[in-house]
Amino acid sequence: MSGERTDVVWLGSPAFPKAAEKALADDRLRGNLRNATTTIRGKRARVVGERPDWAELRDAGAAIKDATLADLAGHLERLEAEVTAAGGTVHWARDAAEANRIVTGLVKATGETEVVKVKSMATQEIGLNEALAAEGVTAHETDLAELIVQLADDRPSHILVPAIHRNRAEIRELFARQVPGAPADLTDDPAALAEVARRYLRERFLAARVAISGANFMVAETGTLVVLESEGNGRMCLTLPETLISVVGIEKTIPTWRDLEVFLQLLPRSSTGERMNPYTTVWTGVTPGDGPQDFHLVLLDNGRTEALADEIGRSALRCIRCSACLNVCPVYERTGGHAYGSVYPGPIGAILTPQLRPDEEVSASLPFASSLCGACYEVCPVKIDIPRALIHLREKAVDAKRGHPSAERAAMKLAAWTLGNPRRLSAAQNVASLTARLPLGRPSRTWPGRRRIKRLPGPGRAWSRTRDVPSPPPQSFRRWWREEGEEQ
Amino acid sequence: MRIALFLTCVNDTMFPGTGKAVVKLLRRLGHTVVFPEEQTCCGQMHLNSGYRRECEPLVRSFAATFAGFDAVVVPSASCAGMIRELHPEVVPGLAAPPVHELTELLVDVLGVEDVGAYFPHTVTYHPTCHSLRMLGLGDRPTRLLRAVRGLELLELPGAEECCGFGGTFAMKNAGVSAAMGADKAANVRRTGAAVLAAADNSCLVHLGGGLSRDGAPVRVMHLAEILASTEEDPA
Repeated sequence: MSGERTDVVWLGSPAFPKAAEKALADDRLRGNLRNATTTIRGKRARVVGERPDWAELRDAGAAIKDATLADLAGHLERLEAEVTAAGGTVHWARDAAEANRIVTGLVKATGETEVVKVKSMATQEIGLNEALAAEGVTAHETDLAELIVQLADDRPSHILVPAIHRNRAEIRELFARQVPGAPADLTDDPAALAEVARRYLRERFLAARVAISGANFMVAETGTLVVLESEGNGRMCLTLPETLISVVGIEKTIPTWRDLEVFLQLLPRSSTGERMNPYTTVWTGVTPGDGPQDFHLVLLDNGRTEALADEIGRSALRCIRCSACLNVCPVYERTGGHAYGSVYPGPIGAILTPQLRPDEEVSASLPFASSLCGACYEVCPVKIDIPRALIHLREKAVDAKRGHPSAERAAMKLAAWTLGNPRRLSAAQNVASLTARLPLGRPSRTWPGRRRIKRLPGPGRAWSRTRDVPSPPPQSFRRWWREEGEEQ
Repeated sequence: MRIALFLTCVNDTMFPGTGKAVVKLLRRLGHTVVFPEEQTCCGQMHLNSGYRRECEPLVRSFAATFAGFDAVVVPSASCAGMIRELHPEVVPGLAAPPVHELTELLVDVLGVEDVGAYFPHTVTYHPTCHSLRMLGLGDRPTRLLRAVRGLELLELPGAEECCGFGGTFAMKNAGVSAAMGADKAANVRRTGAAVLAAADNSCLVHLGGGLSRDGAPVRVMHLAEILASTEEDPA
């Protein structure tokens, strides 16, 4: 597996159902995913259950995000003014290419050829590591899971736990092979694995003069950036180097510190299932004699203003990347993140990727990669109605192809025509009940009195590959009603 | 009470027994059931598959057919959810009759939990996603089932997880759908129950299809059929 991709979407990602096949056939992957998501789900449910005001917190989170998005331009201008006043430099990037050009230029201006990185979705989204590599700059991921993904030349499969698809035996094998100085007798004891990573990363931190980060929040009123993390490796990146470059999506803006208070409660409980995350780093521009002395903020659009223009789709921009929706998603649990073909997997990816990159092949199939079970909406800390957004994006996908005949479209039209009138429905039912008299299969135990149909023709084959269908009843309800039901 | 039955197109065509059970049950409780014959479909499949334009006439026709009734009962949680939550969004401003999923009608409107049913079997109940998350039926279905004489209710592990049906999802993402169904079916078999019940035949046709293919000794039944069952006229 390689890291090659267009921005947001991994290059040549096939449609979701096809990409999912590989994962479905991989028992070890499904085992890893089930164990990991079940554990995080349980932790989240416990700490969320502790808060009697959880519903109000969610309402507040959604309301703050919506209000901010309604005047995003105004808040961004305030943010820019405050960051600049505090000694930072603000850059505006319309798309991935522009953001990469800005960051690469800033790094090259320092004369450095190595940078350390704190895990960031935005830099993954724009493919920054690949852009830096093309200019001869090596980026070292310092988040433990991100390091695992990087060492394996793999792709992240989860927003918060990028290596969720790996178990510790696989990680032991990887470290023994890839990390210089890893002990020959390395075990898969988590503490031993962490120690190998710690020693390796410490050397990177001490040598690095440039760091690249994202941010969880940007507080406009003071121009302050906020990063939440668990390991402390982010804190190293954000404080030790001389130059700090932060690449942040424009939707990460919140107006005030009062707003931040709400999200600092919502995010850790939703993401890692902790009451509070271990490390919260906040910084405002440059502080003389303390921390990075050269600070650049790259504000990234990359499709966000288009999403903002969509009344229903824009709710995806409330997302605070907690990944609670991934952990409860029954589809994600069985396919893992790679099938979503994007740095944003799971339910949120299914509504975000098609909006950020509408023209990629995988984008047309993502809104359909859900059973609309609603578990994601139930846990979302900012109340993104993901099922509603999925239905909306399905409509857009269907409408975009109107005028192009397909078997599905023909079937849907026929169904709408038949169902459009009770007499047509009744006629169709009479045809179906005729087939009930054919010798269709053995009597069904599941539906007594019916027979088992084991193979359906045409598109029905996808159904009958794994599922029987009961033979039609000898009589529809409406016929029974007319003949004997009503008189009873 | 005079109650209009919106049976749903799937039940009307494929599971008339569910409709007959609703009629039998409500009549037994002393109510009058009418079946407006102009009814067809709530439009859920079209809306959820992205065919909103094709869905709109179905929404209008539903409203026209059921206008003026004091109560409409729907023995399908997902169709009841579609009508109540999404019809106003598809065609804003339509006069909406009061629509109740069957267990809502029984518990909330008619105020009964013991419907006088008899069903001497082990049953496990799958709370479908729309029952659980869209309508919030809570423990209404299990309260009704527990009051059935002779019935032993066995708890389904992982009950709140989706069975993998999801309408056209079951065809478009058949592999994932089948994997979800297989896990749910394994949990059903783990209970040892003779019957799997739910408030939606569409989820049951998916789960039952898998159980049938695997030769599992499990019968799938809509809740209404269990609640309609009596000693004299068993299901």
